[in-house]
Amino acid sequence: MSPLDWWLLLAVLLFCIGGFGVLARRNTILVVMSLELMLNAVNIALVATAQFRAGSPGAGVLFSLFVITLAAAGVTVGLAIVIANYRTKRTVLADRFDEMKG
Amino acid sequence: MESTDSMKIAVALIVLLPLFGFVVTLLLGKRMGAKAHLIPVAMVTATAVLSVYAFEWVFRHQEEPFVWDAFSWIVAGRLEVAWGFQVDTLTGIMLLVVGIIGMLVHYYSIGYMHGDGGYYRFFAYLNLFMFAMFVLILANSYLLVFLGWEGVGLCSYLLIAFWFPKKSASQAGKKAFLVNRVGDFGFTLGMFLIFVTFSTLQFTGVFEQAESGEVASGTMTWICLLLFVGAVGKSAQFPLHVWLPDAMEGPTPVSALIHAATMVNAGVYMVARSYPLFAQSDTAMLVVMIVGTFTAIYSAYIAITQNDIKRVIAYSTVSSLGFMFMALGAGAWAAGIFYLFVHGFFKGLLFLCSGSVIHAVGGEQDMRKMGGLRKRIPVTFWTMLVGAIALIGVFPFAGFWAKDEILAADFEHGYYVVWAVGIVTAFLTAVFAFRLIFMTFFGESRAPEEVQAHIHESPKVMTLPLVLLAIPSAALGLLAGWPPESGWIHDFLEPVFYDVEHAEFQWLGTGGALMVFSLAVALLGVYLAYVMYVKRLELPGKLAARVPWAYQASLRKMYMDEVYEVVPIRSTIVFSRWLWTAFDVKVIDGAVNGLAWLWGWAGTTLRPLQTGRVQNYAFGIFAGMLALVVVVGWVWGV
Repeated sequence: MSPLDWWLLLAVLLFCIGGFGVLARRNTILVVMSLELMLNAVNIALVATAQFRAGSPGAGVLFSLFVITLAAAGVTVGLAIVIANYRTKRTVLADRFDEMKG
Repeated sequence: MESTDSMKIAVALIVLLPLFGFVVTLLLGKRMGAKAHLIPVAMVTATAVLSVYAFEWVFRHQEEPFVWDAFSWIVAGRLEVAWGFQVDTLTGIMLLVVGIIGMLVHYYSIGYMHGDGGYYRFFAYLNLFMFAMFVLILANSYLLVFLGWEGVGLCSYLLIAFWFPKKSASQAGKKAFLVNRVGDFGFTLGMFLIFVTFSTLQFTGVFEQAESGEVASGTMTWICLLLFVGAVGKSAQFPLHVWLPDAMEGPTPVSALIHAATMVNAGVYMVARSYPLFAQSDTAMLVVMIVGTFTAIYSAYIAITQNDIKRVIAYSTVSSLGFMFMALGAGAWAAGIFYLFVHGFFKGLLFLCSGSVIHAVGGEQDMRKMGGLRKRIPVTFWTMLVGAIALIGVFPFAGFWAKDEILAADFEHGYYVVWAVGIVTAFLTAVFAFRLIFMTFFGESRAPEEVQAHIHESPKVMTLPLVLLAIPSAALGLLAGWPPESGWIHDFLEPVFYDVEHAEFQWLGTGGALMVFSLAVALLGVYLAYVMYVKRLELPGKLAARVPWAYQASLRKMYMDEVYEVVPIRSTIVFSRWLWTAFDVKVIDGAVNGLAWLWGWAGTTLRPLQTGRVQNYAFGIFAGMLALVVVVGWVWGV
């Protein structure tokens, strides 16, 4: 296995762990955190591929910077939703938010 | 060339002036009130003059008809139809009939329709009718004929149902329209077959190919029979005649113009126009003759017991049209058109006279409530007498020459049965025509007191057309048909009906004998009517009591309305009811309701999937994504 494969394997592992967290955790804060983990797994894949494969590594790095920015924006909104939900429902458990309205 | 240019202008004006009159009167007529007739009457007067001019032109150029494709109308693949006009001798005759009678009926209508609520509407429709009728007779292709054909049918409907608040009038209009659809369907199919066979609808093209004899005789027979179905509808032949007697619900000028003198002749005209086709098919000719002959005697028999003055003349018209078809079918083409020519005048006259009678007795149409009108409305009486004599064919009035030529042709061509039926028809015609005259004008008046006081002759504007129509009714036969069987009209129509041989008339042979015989039969009929309806008034009742079935059959119009009630109408209702209960309710509604139920069921079944839990949905997204990746990888073979 080439060095890139190890990095990609790490990215896949992290992505799957994150995906499992998004699907399986009840606590919405942990869901948001798992989501961040998935994004970072993608970042690792991008940076690693850029480092080993692409002509100029800058492109991959730049792309991951965008992902980080968007992730920051996403987590802000996500946490805001969690807080708003907590205010109305007094809970942060995802399976309690099962009403179509309200 | 100069003369064709002037003909172009004349033909264009003949067609366009009535159309102009129609549009203007429909738009502005309401404001013109009692003066609404001015424009339409001016238009038809001009067209009558132009018609006479066109006739005169044909008279000078008998051998080479005027043909003019004004502009292209429909071009689609092989189909090319122009607004094309053709004036030959046959058209010339029709122009005279339509133009002159049309004008006189317009004049008459000024008096007859005076004060009617739909005065302007009436004249607008009449002008529209004139437009369509001129298109019909001037057209040089079947499709343009069909345009005029449908146009006159529409006007017929509008004018029959002119007093549409009256239930019976609107019903009669619908009846005419629907029955004519049956005929038009045949005409349309005939046109399709013509186009498939000849690749054109223009008369010249069709006829040239037909004469070359390259067309299978079976195809030719079918074309002729289908066209004849159209003629049967329009010219009210058995079994599609039922609309014409009911059409008498319309105002009397309409009956005179459309349902006696012009439109109902369209079928006869169309068959005569298609002479080169019919000449190729003996079967079709035989069918035309049989239908015509049967219709002639059948409706004459009905006419002898009808009590409505207009219905008597209506059945007489059906009978006369049958006579024309009898002539065409027997190969006496020129004689048939000759009869059409004179019939237009005297039948139009009879209708206008009956209108004048109805006008005089305050709208009453039942002859049992008339009588003794001879002295009270003398002009109407004398002109109607002329019309009746012309109808039954007494020497030397118009009908005599035409009718006698038809009967002589039947005899000479060996159709003795047809000839015998024709003679009986002529006898019945004499009986019912003079029954009408005697019941209306002779004897004691049977009208109620209050009507008696108001009986008056019609105004000049109505009686003048009567007199003007009475003159040709009396003299036209002699002018056009003398000497018998080789008169002027035969030479005139020779270019259209070429190849028809006609024998020399023998005064001291068969011809003369037949002539005297048919004259004697007609006079016998008049005498019988005199005995029954003037001398011994109790006779008709006794006769009816003696043979009630014969009397009832005639009075009830041979139960034709009942037959229609049972066969087409009942069966349609039963079939529709079946469609409703079995097909519509079960199949169509079943399909619609079944679909609705299917969506409901699917919704109920699939609803549990939508839990509202975000993570369930996210799982769907992941699973879907994974599946996509697998599929894409598998397809691309990564």
